[in-house]
Amino acid sequence: MTDLPNSFRTGPDERGHFGQFGGRYVAETLMPLILDLERHYRAAQADPAFKAEFDYLLKHYVGRPSPLWFAERLTDHLGGAKIYLKREDLNHTGAHKINNCIGQILLAKRMGKTKIIAETGAGQHGVATATVAALFGLPCTIFMGAVDVARQQPNVFRMKLLGAEVVAVESGAKTLKDAMNEALRHWVANVHDTFYIIGTVAGPHPYPELVRDFQSVIGDEAKAQILEAEGRLPDMLIAPVGGGSNAIGLFHPFLDDESVEIVGVEAAGEGLDGKHAASLAGGRPGILHGNKTYLLQDEDGQITEAHSISAGLDYPGIGPEHSWLHEIGRVRYEPVTDAEALASFQKLTKLEGIIPALESAHAIAAAERIAPTLGKDKVMIVNCSGRGDKDIFTVADALGVEL
Amino acid sequence: MTRFAATFAKPRPALVTFITAGDGDTAANLDALVAGGADVIELGMPFTDPMADGPAIQAANLRSLAKGTTTADTFAMAAAFRKRHPDTPLVLMGYANPMTIRGADWFAAECAKAGVDGVICVDIPSEEDAEIGPALRAAGVDLIRLATPTTDAARLPDVLNGAGGFLYYVSVAGITGLQQAAQASIEDAVARLKAATDLPVAVGFGVRTPEQAAQIAKVADGVVVGSAFIDIIAEHGDAAAPHVEAFTRTLADAIHGAKEIAA
Repeated sequence: MTDLPNSFRTGPDERGHFGQFGGRYVAETLMPLILDLERHYRAAQADPAFKAEFDYLLKHYVGRPSPLWFAERLTDHLGGAKIYLKREDLNHTGAHKINNCIGQILLAKRMGKTKIIAETGAGQHGVATATVAALFGLPCTIFMGAVDVARQQPNVFRMKLLGAEVVAVESGAKTLKDAMNEALRHWVANVHDTFYIIGTVAGPHPYPELVRDFQSVIGDEAKAQILEAEGRLPDMLIAPVGGGSNAIGLFHPFLDDESVEIVGVEAAGEGLDGKHAASLAGGRPGILHGNKTYLLQDEDGQITEAHSISAGLDYPGIGPEHSWLHEIGRVRYEPVTDAEALASFQKLTKLEGIIPALESAHAIAAAERIAPTLGKDKVMIVNCSGRGDKDIFTVADALGVEL
Repeated sequence: MTRFAATFAKPRPALVTFITAGDGDTAANLDALVAGGADVIELGMPFTDPMADGPAIQAANLRSLAKGTTTADTFAMAAAFRKRHPDTPLVLMGYANPMTIRGADWFAAECAKAGVDGVICVDIPSEEDAEIGPALRAAGVDLIRLATPTTDAARLPDVLNGAGGFLYYVSVAGITGLQQAAQASIEDAVARLKAATDLPVAVGFGVRTPEQAAQIAKVADGVVVGSAFIDIIAEHGDAAAPHVEAFTRTLADAIHGAKEIAA
């Protein structure tokens, strides 16, 4: 234990590393831009006007603070720890993704960039990016795997309504990782005027750091809200982890609070023996998309396809800070399967009148598993990272219901 | 004298060619490149996620992987090439993950054993050199660095620190095989690079015709052609070798004679 840091909140180091993870593994063409982005981010961090504009937009445009809801019926049903839901689903555009997009488009403006690009899987980050691009009057191109375009038509139409161009990516497996490859290819050819809004705490430094910082509003609010509601810190935090931006946003402000147990939930898909998206449980460290982190891969380092019923968790990697928190043991990561998430999706809807995103349903499922094992005097906060309206077709399909 | 030094000591610009390992009949295509007059061979290690590559080389990566090409296969192709062609410099080009997954020391040792002279790793910039650079240098394998239109004067010394073999100038800010850079911008860039290093400078990205290659060869020490070969292999499959050789010859003739015409 002697090599553990005094604080878990000081990372990354000046080279963008969290322990052995993170870093800047990009082509030389992008490297000067990454360094430029870091300089501008440092300047923005030191500028009170930047934070003031960020806070203003979060309050008046996004609708923050999001409530911390005591899920009394779910708590009674499970008969254990008190469960609070951090209601990121109530944000404008329906998920936590918008927090980060607001921060990054302010950075883009600060850097004088005139075009916005982003990758998206299910389309939530694409919609959030297209939304802020509309708000700031900047042209926006969203890269989305052709397979995802076909199965997420409502979000594709939303993005188009918001004025974005949606590029259906035909390379590779035609899903999120290929969309990210294509966004990087576009960026490398347009670095002079284009800002890439990465949707999660991954990619080359400083993205994992700045996305985390913009999302930390979740944990900062939750801490103040739970202190008001319970007069003390929670005993446990639970959040779903794909790339891991909602999770790190909730976790980071609590990392140095020793009494708070922290659980991240990975998508175990059909189970860890079958097709899944649990990079920590089923992968090992490697280099992809600009950072070193746990990846699903074969013995030659070829990236393997991820699977989850939740398109937002369907990615073969995970943010590098999560890989570090996993290795040092500060955060425990647990798998939840498609079937478990699907059951929790329905249970929360019926008990609380809240339709969670399938991503969030993974965290609810973990809470269902853990809460009954804890005493009624214990308190947990579960991140309801998004709303489930986008998933009703997927859920209907999985349940064999025809709409 | 290393194979790179011997090659670039010749009083003519070098033709540097790229093909993807396991795409088509690689051994026959490698022989065709040498027979056609290629001076340096870059052999691409296939990767599932070739982020810096355009559609042609992306497709070549996927074709190769679909046939089941492994890292061991790539090294076997390299070792067999070295036995058949003792003097032609051979470079492995690819992405960080397949190169580092078993540890950089393992990779560097395999390169040395197979007779590989240099390595180009697209997504390890000088900032992350520790990931692979020390292991390669210790094994006597040159790490070939990339310079780009966005590499400014402040960064250039870092890019050159630890670089070996030759310097690869990526003439367009973009991905492989698409746009072509303006000749004037290439001339300026090469002059700037040559003022900063004694390494030979080879220019690539978007070079597809003998005419383009000849223009660049007037000012550079080498010209890299990749996607145009990949297109030939995509079209002719396992029977591509004669076409590869014929195209190599037109490029080699244009490049090798470029400076004489200029003079």
